[in-house]
Amino acid sequence: MFQFWSDYFRKNGLTLGLFLLLSVAIWMLVMIVLPQLYMLDFSFRANVPPPQWGTDSHVYTFEHYQYLIYGNVNSTDAFNYIDLGVFGRTILASVFVTLIDVCLCYPVAYYLAHVAKGGWGRLMVMSLIVPFWVNELLRAFSFKVMFGASGVVNNVLVGIGILDQPYDFIRENVALYSGLCYAYILLMIFPIYNAIESLDKNQIEAARDLGSPWWRIHWRIVIPHAKPGITSGCTMVFMLTAGALAAPQILGGPSSLWFTQLVYKWFNNSANWARGSAYALVLLIACIVFVLLMMRIFKVRLGEIAR
Amino acid sequence: MSADVQLQDVWIRFGDFVAARDVNIHIKDGEFFSFLGPSGCGKTTLLRAVSGFLSPSQGEVLIGGKNMSGIGPNKRPTALIFQNLALFPLMTVWENIAFALEVKGMSKAARRKRADELLDLIALPGQGDKMVNELSGGQKQRVAIARALAAEPDVLLLDEPLSALDLKLRQHMRTELRAIQERVGITFIYITHDQGEALTMSDNVAVMSQGVIEQVAGGNQIYDSPETAFVASFVGENNYFAGTVRELNNGLAVVDTPSGVLAARAVSRNDKEQLSVGDEAYVFIRPESLRFSQQQELDNVLSGVVERQEFEGNFWQVYLRVDGSARIVTLSMVNDGHSVGYEVGSRVQVGCGSDLAVALPQGPMAAE
Repeated sequence: MFQFWSDYFRKNGLTLGLFLLLSVAIWMLVMIVLPQLYMLDFSFRANVPPPQWGTDSHVYTFEHYQYLIYGNVNSTDAFNYIDLGVFGRTILASVFVTLIDVCLCYPVAYYLAHVAKGGWGRLMVMSLIVPFWVNELLRAFSFKVMFGASGVVNNVLVGIGILDQPYDFIRENVALYSGLCYAYILLMIFPIYNAIESLDKNQIEAARDLGSPWWRIHWRIVIPHAKPGITSGCTMVFMLTAGALAAPQILGGPSSLWFTQLVYKWFNNSANWARGSAYALVLLIACIVFVLLMMRIFKVRLGEIAR
Repeated sequence: MSADVQLQDVWIRFGDFVAARDVNIHIKDGEFFSFLGPSGCGKTTLLRAVSGFLSPSQGEVLIGGKNMSGIGPNKRPTALIFQNLALFPLMTVWENIAFALEVKGMSKAARRKRADELLDLIALPGQGDKMVNELSGGQKQRVAIARALAAEPDVLLLDEPLSALDLKLRQHMRTELRAIQERVGITFIYITHDQGEALTMSDNVAVMSQGVIEQVAGGNQIYDSPETAFVASFVGENNYFAGTVRELNNGLAVVDTPSGVLAARAVSRNDKEQLSVGDEAYVFIRPESLRFSQQQELDNVLSGVVERQEFEGNFWQVYLRVDGSARIVTLSMVNDGHSVGYEVGSRVQVGCGSDLAVALPQGPMAAE
C-alpha cells in the first residue's frame, strides 16, 4: 500500500498527484456519495415540512418503505398492489426494452465495425449521433405525433391496407416502448461497436474457412468476444430505461405508469420528499441487484465492463 | 483425400492495381508448393483466391478438377493457416482444434477424442485443456496446424505462418511442417518471402514479382537456372555484369561486358524472350561459383582488387573491386582451415566455368 502511494507520487509529482487525488475525491464525495446519503437519510425519516428538518419531529421511521409494500394503513388490501405492480412492470418493461435494443444494435454495431469501410462507416456513425442533438423532450413529442391516430405510422399502415382503421399505439404502449428503445440506443451501439471492433478479422475468416456458417461465427466467435460490450450496453440501457421519466410521461398510455412517475409524484405533487427518496432508492437498489444477478448468470466480471 | 489445384488465366485487379496478372499454375496432388516473392508481389492475394476469400477478376481456380467459382471459403476443401494464426483466444486448445468438427455437428466426446489424436500428431499431448494464450509461439503454431488439419482439407494453405517465430524455432518448424505434410499426404500451398523456407521445404516454387509468376520450378532449378533477371537477383546472392551478346552457340552465350568477355549458359523464360546476337544481357555469377584463378584455367576471368574480407565461420566472404564494374563483386569460399591468402588491396584474378554463369535477357531486378 505504501509502495503504491510512493510510486503514485513519484510518477505524477506532488502537485499533480494531490490535484488528481483531491478532484477525484471531491467528485466522488460531493457529486455521488453525499447526495445519495442525504436521500438515504431522508427516506428513513418522517415527512415534515422543511422548517422542521433536523428538529425532534424529524424522527426516524420505516413508514415509507412500509407504504410501498403494504400501502395505506387504512387500505383493506394485504399489499400495495398498485405501486408494487408499477414497480414490477417497470423492471419487466426495462428488461424488454434492453433486449430489443441488443437485438437492434448488435447487427448495426457489427456492420459498423467490420463491414462498413471508411467514409460510409463514418457517415453512418454521424447519422446515428446527429439525431441525438435534438433534445429528449422534442424527440418524445415527435414520437407522440408520429404514432398518433393521424400520425404518419397510422397513415401509412392504413394507406397500404395493413390496418382497417388507425391503431392506438399510445394506449397500447407501442409508442412508449419505441421511444424508450430509441432514447438510449447509442449507449448500446457504441460499447458493442468498440468490443467488436477490437476483434481480429482473421478470426472471423478462420472460422469461416473452417466451414462455419455465419450464425455459428457470431455465436462462437463474435458474441463471446463482444460480451463485455454487450453487458456494458445492457447495464446502461437497463438502468437508464428503468429511471427514465420524460418518455413515460409523454408517451405512456393513460393506464400505464412508470415507477419514476410515482417517485416524481411524491417529490413534486405530494411534496413528500421522504417517500420519494424511499421509492427512488428502492428502484436504484433493485436495478443494481438485478444487474449484478444478470452478470453472475452470464459470467461477466465487473472489471470487463470497464474495458 | 488430397487434390490438385489449378489456376487458369487468373487475373486479380483492385481498381487500377493489378495484383495478379495472367497466372497459370498447376499444383500437383500431394505436392508441397511455395509462392516466393517480396511483400506486395501478390502472393497472398493468390492464396486468398484459392481459399475463396476473394474471387479472381478473370480466370478460374480449380481444386481437384472442380471449378471453384461461386463457392465460398466455408464450402471449399481448403484450410488456411493465417499469418497471425488467428487462434480463438476465448476457447481452450482442444476446442480450437475441434472447431471444424463442431461445425460438422460431431458429438462432444468424438470431438474431444479427435482433438486428442491431433494433439498427439503435433506433439502436444495432454495440453488440450489449456487456454491458447498459455502456449508458446511454436506451440500455438502447431495448434493452428492441427486446427486446420481437423477440417480434413484436401489442400492446406499457409500464409507465412513462420514469420513471427525466432530463427531457431523457424528452422525447426520447417522440418516439422515438411514432416507433417509427408505424414498427412495432402497438398500444401505455402506463401513466403523467405527463400530459405521456400527452397528447403518445397517440391516446387513459384517466384512472383509484381503480380507476375516469374518462374515455376524445383528449388535447385530456381537457384541454378533462374529464368529471369528478377529470379536471379531475388533468390540467393548474385553478381551480375551487363553486356551485349556477341555470339551464341549450343546454348552458350558469349557476352561483351566492360569487365571482359564472359561465356555463360543462355537461359530464358520462353522462346519469345530468348537471347539473340546483339541483345542486351546480364551475366549472373554466384559468389560461391567464383574462385581465385591463379591455379587453373577458367572460361571466365575477372581481375580486380580485394576490397575487404569477412569471416563468416563456415566460409569467407571476399569483396572485390573488379575492373570495369562499378559494383562490388562478392566471392565466397569455404573455410578449409586456411586463410584466404590474399591481403586487402592485393590485385587478384577470379573466375568461373561457363557452366556456372547464366546469361539472361535484361529485365527488372529485385530491390536490394
